[in-house]
Amino acid sequence: MGNHLLEVRDLSVRFHTAQGMVNAVNGISWHLDRGETLAILGESGSGKSVSASAIMNLIDTPPGEITAGQILFDGVDLLQAAPEMRRRTNGKRISMIFQDPLSHLNPVYPVGWQIAETALAHGWTKTAAYDRALSLMARVGIPDPQAALSKYPHEFSGGQRQRLMIAMALMLKPEILIADEPTTALDVTVQAEVLSLLEELKAETGMGLVLITHDLGVVADAADRAVVMEGGRIVEAGTPHDLYHSPKHPYTQKLLAAAPGKGVMRTAGKLAPPILEVHDLKKSYGAFEALRQVGFDLHAGETLAVVGESGSGKSTIARLVLRLEEATSGQVLWKGEDLLAKSPKEMAKLRRQLQMVFQDPTQSLNPHMTVFEIISEGWAIHRDILPKSQWRARVAELLEQVGLSAAHAMRAPHQFSGGQRQRIAIARALALEPEVIICDEAVSALDVSIQKQVIDLLGDLRDRLGIAFLFIAHDLPLVRDFADRILVMQKGEIVEQGTVHQIFDAAQHPYTQRLLYAGLDADPDVQAERRRKRRMLERA
Amino acid sequence: MKSMLGKRAVSSFVSLLVLIVLVFFLSRLTGDPAALYLPIDASEAMRENFREINGLNDPVLVQFGHYLSDLVRLDFGDSLRKARPAIDVVLEAFVWTLWLALITMVLVTVAAIVVGALAAFNVGRGFDRVASVFSLIGASAPDFWVAIVGIVLFSVTLGWLPTSGTGTIWHWILPVAVLFIRPFGLILQIVRGSMINALGSAYVKTARAKGVKNRPIIFVHTLRNAMLPVITVIGDQAAALLNGAVVVETIFGFPGVGKLMIDSILQRDFNVILAAIMVTALAIFVMNIVIDIAYALLDPRIRT
Repeated sequence: MGNHLLEVRDLSVRFHTAQGMVNAVNGISWHLDRGETLAILGESGSGKSVSASAIMNLIDTPPGEITAGQILFDGVDLLQAAPEMRRRTNGKRISMIFQDPLSHLNPVYPVGWQIAETALAHGWTKTAAYDRALSLMARVGIPDPQAALSKYPHEFSGGQRQRLMIAMALMLKPEILIADEPTTALDVTVQAEVLSLLEELKAETGMGLVLITHDLGVVADAADRAVVMEGGRIVEAGTPHDLYHSPKHPYTQKLLAAAPGKGVMRTAGKLAPPILEVHDLKKSYGAFEALRQVGFDLHAGETLAVVGESGSGKSTIARLVLRLEEATSGQVLWKGEDLLAKSPKEMAKLRRQLQMVFQDPTQSLNPHMTVFEIISEGWAIHRDILPKSQWRARVAELLEQVGLSAAHAMRAPHQFSGGQRQRIAIARALALEPEVIICDEAVSALDVSIQKQVIDLLGDLRDRLGIAFLFIAHDLPLVRDFADRILVMQKGEIVEQGTVHQIFDAAQHPYTQRLLYAGLDADPDVQAERRRKRRMLERA
Repeated sequence: MKSMLGKRAVSSFVSLLVLIVLVFFLSRLTGDPAALYLPIDASEAMRENFREINGLNDPVLVQFGHYLSDLVRLDFGDSLRKARPAIDVVLEAFVWTLWLALITMVLVTVAAIVVGALAAFNVGRGFDRVASVFSLIGASAPDFWVAIVGIVLFSVTLGWLPTSGTGTIWHWILPVAVLFIRPFGLILQIVRGSMINALGSAYVKTARAKGVKNRPIIFVHTLRNAMLPVITVIGDQAAALLNGAVVVETIFGFPGVGKLMIDSILQRDFNVILAAIMVTALAIFVMNIVIDIAYALLDPRIRT
């Protein structure tokens, strides 16, 4: 055994839960050297964050229990160390940042104090702590750092909050920074900026970086080495290059195969006549224009993707078209008739033809209804679709169509995994035999491998049933494999539209180009090239 | 912060105005005031005289104008029974109620926060279980029953405390103790729940990862966040006490606003009832603003 800066040896952690004992990680080992970036790659439930929690002494006992292993930091076993020594290590020698910085910052204290607190907790004077906080806030790119000191977390954007977290973690120049999904909920362009910042800071300070992620693209972009976790075990380790080009373990192979953006792009045949025509659609909230003058056509059987970052107005389109919200002005022609002019009663009748699948199936499925009730509810409203005697058989058929089984009909949504729930939501939409399904970020909350399965399912339904999709997403690679045409949105406007080929091979608008270069690719070579282009674009 | 407080003050003030209008018309809706104010055996001449003196023969809007101008001058007329200005009678009683509410709420708040926080640190252990059972019993025990049992036990059987009235510090113990129980049980539950939430929150994880010591994690990071839902409940409970703890004040013969209201209703002393409603409404209006200020001081997110 060499002298690694940090070494996790044969670590096993289990949790006592209502369902009994759960082994979160089973005898995992990894190490990190100075100035190195190690990625821990895994999907939800793989145990990828558990060793980090053990290092930071964040596992509550009970319900958690570390049953075996060592964590050697500079040769000392942290698991045997006194609590006071662990506290002094935290923040000073090893720091950690988290996903979702909004909930990880205390909402009722100014960020300046929260950043300074890292130093104050380790015995610095107030003046010294605030001076350092100020210079770090400037370093991580917070505009007007002096004024920002006394602002509260809710006054910053998501990307800025993560920069503040980074400043907080780097206060005492730690030897190791652990970043747990640091860019996951961020927009692609912001994600790219945060990753670049981490990279620069690592080079400046020489710290070791542990990057916990579910995203192969993050691994390709930033890691020197990576370990792949599945079900609490490390199944494979290696450089991103080796993992990408010669994955040995079947799970790694599966993950790579599921990575979107590698399939064959669809070439649209002759377009059918448009069934949905949107003209000059506008929506303002007070003085804020969420959507300005948007127009597009959706043809029968076609998949039209709407991509953009948060606040671009892409979800607003879905809500306006379905009249979940009223448009400020404009026209939405459904087979020539203006939906926006329909009375609520007429609209109710038409709704069966336009169905929606939402982002979060945990919230969009009523937890008090069985799957059967959820799927059949639409038939109770639109009585002419199916006589009641056939409901049971048809629910079974629909469940099988989305890859579940008839036996699932009497269960409640909470008994299913996230991917299965989204299948139920799709079955619910299909029950009304719609001609258009609007998917609002329908797969973005799912793990990569599940995402792939759901996308395959949607593609299969499209080919068999001829359903048209309005597919709203922030994830470009995903859209590349699935859509026929793409609308790119920014700040309430369509900045570019075209076929997948046109957008991916010859994007015209600078914003589209920025989006494309900011996206992360699972192939380290492609990613290195992209990063180079991104840098050039930044300088230009 | 100023704009938020302004908005809240205006909206509370609007409810106060609605109450003022409502009280006037309700008191007219309940029938001829002459029939209500005067004894049942009063002659028609006496009634007519009464109407004339009190301006009841004027158009309703004119009467409403008089009512408003009286209100602004805090002139509610004289108490029929005590032959003194009604407002004086009410303010006298209100001071008693204010003290009772103040003492009770201070004790409740301190006790509930200490016990609730301790229960939250010891979730599932003995202390937490005992505290939870007591708070549940406390929150659901009917106060008239507790009051009577208290009198029987401490005054009649043991003879430690006076049964009713005022005069010495001993007279305060039973009423405060009885009023203490329910808000204590309720607020304890809220403190415990929101403290558990706050201790399990993501920002506590961040603080631990920064190497912050346990004590500041509890008293700086969690307590302030955990107090937010608690403040609202404290406000509700205090409002209930300010309204006059009718049952408890009556049982203990405590000369507060609650007892005064019941007595005045029984004696048809409408001027006093009106004055009592206005004074308590104004008190609750002021207290809501105090609660809003406290909330805004604790939570920067609502200051805008």
